[in-house]
Amino acid sequence: MTGPNKAEAFTLRRRPAFEKLIDNGFRQSTILMAAMVAFVLLAIFATVFLGAREAIGTFGLKFLTTSAWDPVNERYGAFTAIYGTLVSSLLALLLAVPLGIGTAIFITEDLLPSRLRDLIGMMVELLAAIPSVVLGLWAIFVMEPAIRPALGFLHNTLGWLPFFSTVPQGPGMAPAILILVVMILPIITAISRDALNQVPIELRQGAYGIGTTRWGAIFNIILPAAISAITGGVMLALGRAMGETMAVTMIIGNALNFNLSLLAPGNTISSMLANQFGEADGIQVSALMYAALILMLLTFAVNILAQWVVRRLSLRY
Amino acid sequence: MAIPLANAAPESVSGFKRGTLFFKPNLPRNRFNVLFNSIAGVFATTAVLPLFLVLAYVLFKGGSLLRPDLFTQLPPAPGLSGGGIGNAILGTLLVTLLASLIAIPVGVGGGIYLAEYSRKGWFAQFVRFGNDVLAGVPSIISGVFVYGAIVATRIFFNQSYSALAGGIALAVLMLPTVIKTTDEGLRLVSNDLRLGAYGVGASRFVTITRITLPAALTPIATGMVLAIARAAGETAPLIFTALFSPFWPEGVFNPIATMSVLIFNFAIMPYDAQNQLAWAASFVLVIMILLANLLARRLAARTKT
Repeated sequence: MTGPNKAEAFTLRRRPAFEKLIDNGFRQSTILMAAMVAFVLLAIFATVFLGAREAIGTFGLKFLTTSAWDPVNERYGAFTAIYGTLVSSLLALLLAVPLGIGTAIFITEDLLPSRLRDLIGMMVELLAAIPSVVLGLWAIFVMEPAIRPALGFLHNTLGWLPFFSTVPQGPGMAPAILILVVMILPIITAISRDALNQVPIELRQGAYGIGTTRWGAIFNIILPAAISAITGGVMLALGRAMGETMAVTMIIGNALNFNLSLLAPGNTISSMLANQFGEADGIQVSALMYAALILMLLTFAVNILAQWVVRRLSLRY
Repeated sequence: MAIPLANAAPESVSGFKRGTLFFKPNLPRNRFNVLFNSIAGVFATTAVLPLFLVLAYVLFKGGSLLRPDLFTQLPPAPGLSGGGIGNAILGTLLVTLLASLIAIPVGVGGGIYLAEYSRKGWFAQFVRFGNDVLAGVPSIISGVFVYGAIVATRIFFNQSYSALAGGIALAVLMLPTVIKTTDEGLRLVSNDLRLGAYGVGASRFVTITRITLPAALTPIATGMVLAIARAAGETAPLIFTALFSPFWPEGVFNPIATMSVLIFNFAIMPYDAQNQLAWAASFVLVIMILLANLLARRLAARTKT
């Protein structure tokens, strides 16, 4: 009877202590690395908040509503930059949403051979890979001179509106909005495309079966079914647009005083940070940190809202 | 009852007489259809147009400036012409390497935790949520954070601006992407592989390092390549962390030139020579990033088959 003994010899082999140590140590170290995410996030909040504390104490909430930016007399208000951030990103979104969703429909429906559709999709994705600073360079030397006549025409015909009341002279809010459109288009297109592709084929077939046209099906069936994911993508794009720095900094003109006109130079929180942080000292650093804190809270709120919208609007089909 | 053949159409369909059913292009619904087809086409063209324009300008304007000096010389002083971007190319490589050395091990570790160890507890949920929030943090904020935590406190041997600070700022941006791609890549690995490994007596550590990680290598590598390419083009976190330097790199504890900051600095200078160098640097940077993206596509295509 050697069988059971033999089996025992195998089953009773315990793991060596060293192996257990490695196994456990590896597990602990992955936990530690996962905790780094939380640590970095909290450290970012803490650093920016502590840096901003002095300015929060000095300027309080008036910081949000005044537009003085005066390093000589140490009076700071971020209204111009906050207004610029919100206006540039919202107007860019207004232009990019129809363009992005239209493109996504164009490359998910069978309007073109599938090879051509994939090519367009790939090109939009490559557009997302081009660094923002290169787009900024292009905007300064190519786009802005090219669109200036069109902006001048806007000023000449609609100049009585406060939004077009200044003569376009190079950098300004309008070119910044256009370059933002270029930057957020790929996000909206990519997410809308995925969302449209995930709409069950039965819904489409059902719609065609009862005799609707292509666009009848798109507007009444397909878009409503995909709306939650598309809205989520649009919100993500809004967050991206608000935080976008380089291209906007290079083309917006970085004006310190407030101007309602879209053709005049403006400012955003991120471009203000990019321009002034390196040379600031004293309470100006703190004021910039305060502005950075506002930017963080804005993007944070938008991203949370995006997640909530996706959960809230998702249709059950 | 005889079943009518497919081509033997009935006398009438839904009350319409045979021969009266045909496509009427002038019906409002069909006009609407054509209208929206063309609108979608115009929109798609408009969306692709900037890519063509940007690429054309960068390739022609930057490509025409390509000469050997570009890679071996330092940028000229303002007002002078000639020179190159050798230090910035080296600097971009160095800073991106530093960022990858920090973000990839930490990110892969975090991803392994999320995919292989985490349960539905509060910690894993918090990490996932935090990762999404971190992915949404604007890139300039990462620069502000590193400025406040590292540059202003002079934590590294009393040095303020440094290549390492820039690398850390980029690593903060890369981290969420690396974690997410590792997590998703590992989740794609069939559970049978894990159970099989446990069945032959492998420990968790051995299962992960020998079985699941190699199985998920391609999707993870794709994500890494994309994250590195994105980091190489980032500018905002570097302007006040790595700063800029007109000299060759002097180690990781000193300010360093990078291509992206060079483009930013030289684009807004009123000198033609500097503007030209900005275009040349854009060319080099865009070629690098596009190659990385094509590599990632090749990797991703390998995963699907």
